[in-house]
Amino acid sequence: MNTLIDIVVFTMLVTTALAVVRTHSLFATVMLSGVFSLLSALLFVTLDAVDVAFTEAAVGAGISTVLMLGTLALTARSEKPSSHSPLIPLLVVLVTGAVLVYGTLDMPAFGDALAPAMTHVAPDYIARSPAEIDVPNIVTAILASYRGFDTLGETAVVFTAGMSVLLLISGRRITRAEAEKGATGNAKGTDDAIGDGSDET
Amino acid sequence: MMFAAAMILLFAAMVLVLVRLYRGPTLYDRVLAVNAFGTHTVLFIGIHGFLNDRPDFLDIALLYALINFVGTIAVLKFFRYRKIGDMSPLARREETGL
Repeated sequence: MNTLIDIVVFTMLVTTALAVVRTHSLFATVMLSGVFSLLSALLFVTLDAVDVAFTEAAVGAGISTVLMLGTLALTARSEKPSSHSPLIPLLVVLVTGAVLVYGTLDMPAFGDALAPAMTHVAPDYIARSPAEIDVPNIVTAILASYRGFDTLGETAVVFTAGMSVLLLISGRRITRAEAEKGATGNAKGTDDAIGDGSDET
Repeated sequence: MMFAAAMILLFAAMVLVLVRLYRGPTLYDRVLAVNAFGTHTVLFIGIHGFLNDRPDFLDIALLYALINFVGTIAVLKFFRYRKIGDMSPLARREETGL
């Protein structure tokens, strides 16, 4: 049954990717990429990686869709015809895909207990974390306790990036105040340029 | 056995929704299709959990339902106001008359 689930979900994933390529309405492309993200989240769920799946769904189907719609509000709504031949991008994609598949050939099998990642420090964590941390989820124990400083550094990076984006966006607020104080006649033009994306960050 | 049958029927429903998403003549068909597919994602996580006798991830399925709701609201707000962030008081006054 699990093999059948994998086959069906992968088929829907490939079909959605082909539909993204073939659609010319950019709005439909945004909707299709949201569904693509949900389908890859389903594949992560079948691999028992629910945290990765949830990140994929929140970022891919949630934030990305909203950001791309905000971009669509500023740009055109249908795709321009491509000026170059699609053969070179197709070749690049095929070569990259072949290299990636080649890279998986000497990987250990899925769920292999003798894989190098499973024999190095993993038994130590499995043995120690129930007594030392007492959290049912060992991944949480490693992330938040054993590698707490690492996670703190990651959070600092994300916080800095968010602050920078907020500073960059809030520079436009002054323009809006000036625009509303100055000209009310061309309010339509300024409306398109301001107020997009600041809430989503 | 029941859960396997439910999973197969869920896949059938997913395919029907995807067909509407690909072909959908209007934009609203596509928004509704994405929303329905989000609901199918929630159902998939539930059925997949019971199928493997480990229904530990039902709370995560609830989070998917929340994301689906907020995302649909964002898309519909984009339709109505042509933008998603906060609106200038001028535009809000034009829309609502307040």
